[in-house]
Amino acid sequence: MSSIPIEYYLILSAFMFIVGVIGVLIRRNAIVVFMCIELMLNSANLALVTFSSYLGNPVGQVFVFFVMTVAAAEAAVGLAIIIAIFRNKMTVNIDEINIFKW
Amino acid sequence: MNLQILLFVILSLIAAVSSVMMITRRNAVMSALFLILNFFALAGLYLLLNAQFIAVVQIIVYAGAIMVLFLFVIMLLRTDNEPSILNNNKSLKYFAIALGAFVFIQVAYLISYGRPSRKLTPNEELSVKVGTIQNIGKELYTNYFIPFEVAGFLLLAATIGAIILAKKKFE
Repeated sequence: MSSIPIEYYLILSAFMFIVGVIGVLIRRNAIVVFMCIELMLNSANLALVTFSSYLGNPVGQVFVFFVMTVAAAEAAVGLAIIIAIFRNKMTVNIDEINIFKW
Repeated sequence: MNLQILLFVILSLIAAVSSVMMITRRNAVMSALFLILNFFALAGLYLLLNAQFIAVVQIIVYAGAIMVLFLFVIMLLRTDNEPSILNNNKSLKYFAIALGAFVFIQVAYLISYGRPSRKLTPNEELSVKVGTIQNIGKELYTNYFIPFEVAGFLLLAATIGAIILAKKKFE
């Protein structure tokens, strides 16, 4: 850790976040879009842990713990919603799920 | 070239490549497997940053629990492969990729050449002390006790919500 500049970790985190955003925009499978959101949460976690470690302050890692809690809750509820939609429309393609569109 | 730099290069390459592979695979199961690989590489990076507790929780909660849930749902639902990632809405998707690349270049430029208000000097002994379970647990049960309880309540609400949503009929 002592020999690696902090910028490398931050650039890796930014790259993963951008890949997650592009995935949300170009993928059409609702479950994969969900996984891209998890990827973005993880890149934010990486930045938090990096700063926590370089500053010697545990608050960043405590927040990563809370982010993981929220991600677990979000995955459970989101996948339940996807299953409910699949039961009604027999598809998880987000181009075909547009009942709220006008 | 010392071991830390070598490990960092290997782990960050795995993380970057697996994230790109994840959004380009047409099969959802392959995407999920590459995301799990990405989580393992991130856990290695957390160990490199001396965050032991977070590294273990990353493997247990993310790679273990959350991704098993995802794989279970993918295999439960009949999802056919997407025809091709850049097939329909082609211009919109190229626009999304170009916009993402532009934003990434801006952010990377700012991180590399910006003028930080203070220079962070890494402190190896301090960061080893910070990442231990004792230290994180002490922080969680003293300064962050109420958020910790709220997180437990959130998990309870999410469990009940998932059961209600996945039930056959609303009655």
